[in-house]
Amino acid sequence: MTEFFKRLLKTPQGAIGTFLVVLVLAIVVFGPMVAPYDPEKLSPLARYKGPSMMYWLGTDQYGRDIFSRLLIGARATVVMAVLATIAGTLIGALIGTASAFLGGRADELIMRTIDAVMSIPSLLFALLVVNLLGSSTINALVAVAIAFAPGMARITRSVALSVRKQDYVNAAIARGESSSYIIRREMLPNVIAPIIVEMTIRVSFAVMLFATLSFLGLGAQPPAAEWGLMVSEARRYMHMSAGILIWPSVAIAIVAVGFNLLGDGLRDALNPRT
Amino acid sequence: MIVYTLLVVSLIVFAITQILPADAAVMMLGENATPEALDALRQTMGLDQPIWQQYATWLWHVVQGDLGTSLRTGQPVGPAMFEALGRSLILAFFSIGLMLILAIPLGIIAAIRRGKIADMVVSLISYAGVALPEFVTATIAVLLFADWMKWLPPTGYVPLTEDFFGGIAHLVLPVCVISIILIAHVSRMVRSELVDVLHTDYIRAARLKGLSRGHVLRHHALRNALLPTITIVALDVGYLLGGVIVVEEIFAIPGIGRQLIVAIQARDLPAIQAGVLIMAATYSIVNFIADILYAWLDKRIQYD
Repeated sequence: MTEFFKRLLKTPQGAIGTFLVVLVLAIVVFGPMVAPYDPEKLSPLARYKGPSMMYWLGTDQYGRDIFSRLLIGARATVVMAVLATIAGTLIGALIGTASAFLGGRADELIMRTIDAVMSIPSLLFALLVVNLLGSSTINALVAVAIAFAPGMARITRSVALSVRKQDYVNAAIARGESSSYIIRREMLPNVIAPIIVEMTIRVSFAVMLFATLSFLGLGAQPPAAEWGLMVSEARRYMHMSAGILIWPSVAIAIVAVGFNLLGDGLRDALNPRT
Repeated sequence: MIVYTLLVVSLIVFAITQILPADAAVMMLGENATPEALDALRQTMGLDQPIWQQYATWLWHVVQGDLGTSLRTGQPVGPAMFEALGRSLILAFFSIGLMLILAIPLGIIAAIRRGKIADMVVSLISYAGVALPEFVTATIAVLLFADWMKWLPPTGYVPLTEDFFGGIAHLVLPVCVISIILIAHVSRMVRSELVDVLHTDYIRAARLKGLSRGHVLRHHALRNALLPTITIVALDVGYLLGGVIVVEEIFAIPGIGRQLIVAIQARDLPAIQAGVLIMAATYSIVNFIADILYAWLDKRIQYD
């Protein structure tokens, strides 16, 4: 394990990515404790303030402290994205592994159907699902998870197909193990490494998808401090103070770049050939 | 293949719109309609039939080119959607064009200068490109180039046939915003494909034969490295269509994405069904053409 971390931190992507993701996770855990102000407290006299000793990143259109809002909104933004990605990955991994294990006609049918589902853009798919369930944070989570599942299924299948040919799977079949046992106990553990890489990179897409759903009014609802919602609310007031727009954008970018870099770093560290 | 795809999509779309808590009859007649009037309308619209029969009827009409009537405007959905699709395709066409012009050279430079400064700059660009969702880059772009510098119009759409230069000026910001993520993705793919190809034996053989670096790159490496780009670009069309939805909403371009958002917000079921179906069809057709193009360019590949 320590050897693995050494490999991960040796590449610039891995090192910077780990640093950014750890920073973001620290904000998720400790952010609400260290936030200097109440994120929803309105101060009509302190609107559109620039950065100062009192308000580190300035205040927004209602005089709320932007820094506090970012610290507290990290949970709504990042935790949701991570949960949605994990859920989507689990569904996709199960379908993909099952498809690769079953093979033949069933595999063909499942993959063709997944191709068909993927022809609907994932943003549009998420929009439809949220609209179906009603706009709320939890429904947005379900929508993003469902939108991610087909892509993950496709990737898992291609990895699982190579695992399927391994001798230990044939041995399990020869032992007379059930299909579900072989999929869960023999195949899934061996397809996990590439899936973790893909999952890490997809967290950044999930953050963006959530932000976009909030922007279209279908995700988090005001006055939540979700970062995507903060940007979309700031659009009307950006002429008064660019800071309300810039700081949440920077926060989203840090999360997206961090998870992207970490994913690339993990890929190099997990790949024994490089 | 493509038929099966569209059949599955039509099923999904129909299923989703069926579960949507919206009663088409109530939407058309209003909340105060009498139960008798509602029943009569349901009967004429066929809403009292079993679901599978409604699906079959709808599908039969779609196959004949009739996408239904909008609940919101009372106009046929098909013509409005295809007109909107035309505007979106102009946007998509310029975005893909800009992406190809920038992403392929960037990827090639990064691959042949692997590990050097140029490579690092390109990967920096590609990480920055995937850092922000379109609505954020679009908002920042409007703030910078329209509000502060006043170089370009902030939003709106002008048909190219009416005022060519005005139309182009209105397209610059949306096209740039859509291309950013595509450029980041495709340049990275081109780089990794070319790096792989440059490490193959036939490239080494060509170099050992005494051919110049430039010749090997142009005649041996690029041909093989750029072929998979066709597939990647075709798959990215799905992402492009999603981006189009957001960008059209922000820049107020009356394309298919905007139509869809309006339809979803108004729960205009026939319009949602038609819009999603057209988008999925566009994606499938592009990927179908990409497969054929690939097989035509690479004679080793045979499709059944």
